[in-house]
Amino acid sequence: MIEAFFNIDIMKAAWPIVLTGLWNTILLSLIVVPLGLLGGLILALLASIKHPLVRWPLMAWVDFFRAFPPLVLLVLLFAGLPFAGLELGGFACVAIAFFLNTGSYYGEIFRAGIDSVPAGQVEAARSTGLTRMQATRYVVLPQAVRNVMPDLLSNTLEVVKLTSLGSVVAVPELLYEARQAQSITYNPTPIVMAAVIYFLLLWPLVRLLSRLENRALAGRR
Amino acid sequence: MSGWDKFVETFFNAKVMWKYLPDILSGMVVTIELALLIVVTGLGAGLALALLRSLAIRPLNWLIIFVVDLFRSLPPLVIIVLMYFGLPYAGPAPSGFVSTWLSLAFVLMAFSEEIFWAGITSIPKGQWEASRSTGLSFGQTLFNVVLPQAFRLTIPPLTNRTISITKGTALGTVVAVTEILGQASSAMSNSYNPSPLMMGAAAYVVLFLPVVVAARWIESKFAWKR
Repeated sequence: MIEAFFNIDIMKAAWPIVLTGLWNTILLSLIVVPLGLLGGLILALLASIKHPLVRWPLMAWVDFFRAFPPLVLLVLLFAGLPFAGLELGGFACVAIAFFLNTGSYYGEIFRAGIDSVPAGQVEAARSTGLTRMQATRYVVLPQAVRNVMPDLLSNTLEVVKLTSLGSVVAVPELLYEARQAQSITYNPTPIVMAAVIYFLLLWPLVRLLSRLENRALAGRR
Repeated sequence: MSGWDKFVETFFNAKVMWKYLPDILSGMVVTIELALLIVVTGLGAGLALALLRSLAIRPLNWLIIFVVDLFRSLPPLVIIVLMYFGLPYAGPAPSGFVSTWLSLAFVLMAFSEEIFWAGITSIPKGQWEASRSTGLSFGQTLFNVVLPQAFRLTIPPLTNRTISITKGTALGTVVAVTEILGQASSAMSNSYNPSPLMMGAAAYVVLFLPVVVAARWIESKFAWKR
């Protein structure tokens, strides 16, 4: 058992490979999380235009990406687009897929946050002479973000976990590198290492979230 | 051939689509089976853990919290890969289907336990005390007073989680499960044409879009009026 899953020699040999993967996962997260946040913010700001011509397509867009598995989106971009003469490479595909998928989730969260700020605040801000933009930027958004902080963090946790999908399109992130190391060494220890790293990396966030969520749900009544 | 015709010929090739339609349909059946199994076992186990936790046995609760945290912090694909490629080294060799089912069921168990537990703890202590003092047993209080109120509170987060985890059935393709994406990918490489992939994508939309729309409706119906 220990020989198979916690083999010290294999750990030593696989460590540099797994470490490269870890750095790439961190780097990838640092790119796709802001991308998703940006996409979400754009969607939420568009959603604050209450015109039906904007609202309905937007809702369809968000529901579509909530229904569509991110891996299918990724494979579609990676394996489907080349048939149209567009070869993007694994990394670009991950970036686009995440922008679309996680952007929709972030968008729903931001929208809920913006809705949670009472309309009177915007009216008050406008009547003191702030423009619409200024009112959104200085009055609505700061409160909106604070109100939905637990959801934003929770979605960010999901996004970081989702970067493991990159392994399917040969992006050399943590899971990909661990599987490479596994196939070289014929031993599952590198995958166990990757799992332990993910756990150590994300556990603090999970703990924090579990506290915030309990409080939020209990306070809603 | 014009550009448009070429595009249709490539991505929506009727001949290829017709040929691989049975494959995609059988993939849909596998996806539905997998999804139902995950939802039933995952939510069931999550509720069971939350109920166990309400007994407030210290060491048991630590264990529950640890397991829940573990499955919340590991990416589902890592769990699937570990189970499918790793476990055989220790003896049992679960199939791709079983690996995907168990992994995602564990993940759903973890998330739903948290949500059920938050729902249970959100019921004020006074209600417990009042119910107990009117002569209801612990079980009666739990099932007739606390859970009905807790469920209402947990429905929006629960539907969201369930959908996003069930969508993960597509991950099964990595461990050779013949669900929609798996069927579509192999049909694509056999026919050297992306039409099956487009069909697969459409199949996911057909399966999951109604669920998402229903979830939106349920959410608004069960929302507490402010």
